[in-house]
Amino acid sequence: MGKKMLMKGNEAIAEAAIQAGCHYFFGYPITPQSQVPEYMSKRLPQVGGTFLQAESEVAAINMIYGAAGSGARSMTSSSSPGVSLKQEGISYIACAELPCLIVNMVRSGPGLGGIQPSQGDYFQATRGGGHGDYYMPVLAPASVQEAVELTQLALDLADMYRTPAMLLGDGLIGQMMEPVEMPDYKPYKKLPEKTWAATGWDGKRERAIINSLIIEPDRLEKHLHHLDEKWNRIRAEECRWQEEMTEDAEIVIAAYGTTARVCRSAMRMARAEGIKVGLLRPITLWPFPYDALSRLADTADKFLTVEMSLGQMVEDVRLAVNGKKPVEFYGRFGGVVPTVREVLNKIKAMKEGK
Amino acid sequence: MAVVFEKTKMLTDTPFHYCPGCTHGIIHRLVAECVEELGMQNQCVGVAPVGCAVFAYNYFNCDMMEAAHGRAPAVATGCKRVHPENLVFTYQGDGDLASIGCAEITHAATRGEKITAVFINNAIYGMTGGQMAPTSLPGQVTTTSPYGRDVNSAGYPIRMSEMLATLNGPAYIARVSVHDVPHIIQAKKAIKKAFEYQLAGKGFSMVEVLSTCPTNWGMTPQDALKWLVDNMIPYYPLGVMKDIGTEKEGE
Ligand SMILES: Cc1ncc(C[n+]2csc(CCOP(=O)(O)OP(=O)(O)O)c2C)c(N)n1
Ligand code: SF4
Repeated sequence: MGKKMLMKGNEAIAEAAIQAGCHYFFGYPITPQSQVPEYMSKRLPQVGGTFLQAESEVAAINMIYGAAGSGARSMTSSSSPGVSLKQEGISYIACAELPCLIVNMVRSGPGLGGIQPSQGDYFQATRGGGHGDYYMPVLAPASVQEAVELTQLALDLADMYRTPAMLLGDGLIGQMMEPVEMPDYKPYKKLPEKTWAATGWDGKRERAIINSLIIEPDRLEKHLHHLDEKWNRIRAEECRWQEEMTEDAEIVIAAYGTTARVCRSAMRMARAEGIKVGLLRPITLWPFPYDALSRLADTADKFLTVEMSLGQMVEDVRLAVNGKKPVEFYGRFGGVVPTVREVLNKIKAMKEGK
Repeated sequence: MAVVFEKTKMLTDTPFHYCPGCTHGIIHRLVAECVEELGMQNQCVGVAPVGCAVFAYNYFNCDMMEAAHGRAPAVATGCKRVHPENLVFTYQGDGDLASIGCAEITHAATRGEKITAVFINNAIYGMTGGQMAPTSLPGQVTTTSPYGRDVNSAGYPIRMSEMLATLNGPAYIARVSVHDVPHIIQAKKAIKKAFEYQLAGKGFSMVEVLSTCPTNWGMTPQDALKWLVDNMIPYYPLGVMKDIGTEKEGE
């Protein structure tokens, strides 16, 4: 572990990626993530890497396709409207099985929306986002320190499973300053060699063809079976979440990212008042911790999902709880962050059966 | 017996899927021969487009990438930045390069990205069945300009080579044709020069090749070649639009 530094989330993510050997960055400015490209433009030349400000998010994600297809660790970052533009490229990347990292510092939408924090891109992130049948690991940090760790983990997962991976931060994470320790990077599992990369063909291996076009239905179906098997392995092995005080909880709150921090404070205040509240915080939004929530549905009385959206993750919570217990929702949106007091009031209302 | 003609090793044995008389096949061969003659077959990555040449990765006998529609220059950028020692080329149609991918080609050009674009201008969308292209000529009948391209509504055909030649980034831009043997020989020279400039690190290079689409033009291969000469060359004059090798110091 290195020494503790005070860092802004966006800059910490960029440095964590560089430390993990991600030396190719292609991006386009957009609030609230512009500190990522800014930091990269300063740091990458110092480590012999490449920073390129692309002409658009569309170009940036396709540069990633080229760089990742050439075998390099590479990343792009953006915020909601820009991530929408990247979706076509992400779909191609998923089909061609290219490892890369996409950071989305979510701002409020739809449309040009606002520049304040939001969690309104949950559906887009966890359901593939572009056209066709695919998923990708989506990691949601709740602190700057965790953003560092999950950035490196996302790069590892991408390489291990040959998949795009997304770091989904709710605006706040990118902007907040917190003390962080840059870990001495080492991959969390042994990473496979990229023997499939298009690096120039010497005739000693198979010719590399980076491609997402599979025109014969039989072959495409076979490829989709292969992708499905991969998504299932990720579901089985890479689901991550954190539970706090759920053992005896009557009310279990499900929340992710900075919203989970608000909920944690509300939970402590509720506990102080004698209400048994617990918190389940998904760390991977895809794969989603359905089983953990499903188990809690046997012990808790009620569930509350809190999000900075009109209610997106709540659909997954309902799927997991599967009608066994009531699931309620509290959301603020449009760039408004829920307060601890608001969540506490909601908990009290639920306790009183209102 | 002496071998008089040997197919370049830079092409696989897969038979082309192109229509009879389509000039895509000739252009493939020229590109492949140039790569081989430069001794770059082992250090070459090609980027295929979306269009009739979408299966180019089955033909060029080197590592290949298949890009999304219009994005080949961005893909090639990522590719070249990771392996600057490789010869990296894109092979793109006019819909791909001049319409949906206009931003990507323009910015790759102005960045002086050290890649080569082989640009196939056949004045039509071949793969999707003959719709109007950004390069379709005024009055040209296509499936989406059934009354002939009306410039008042559909605008004018775009001259990409001239447009990109105004930028500082490109090192070499030329327009060639493949309608007869002398022009095929010239076209090959241009492609080779474009590759040589890339390998010398001079900047972006592009060769626009006027090409036929007998199927969607609704003509015999012979008539298509004549139509190209009579109609395309007057609007798209052949020649070198930019060559930093011949420009004077300080120009
Ligand atoms: C995003 C997207 N839009 C549209 C298409 C459909 N499409 C496939 S090829 C093509 C046009 C190809 O024309 P051109 O680039 O001129 O190449 P040609 O077929 O004539 O060689 C179009 C519109 C697509 N594949 N992707
Ligand atoms: S449709 Fe036109 S461009 Fe495409 S292969 Fe046939 S002749 Fe060639």
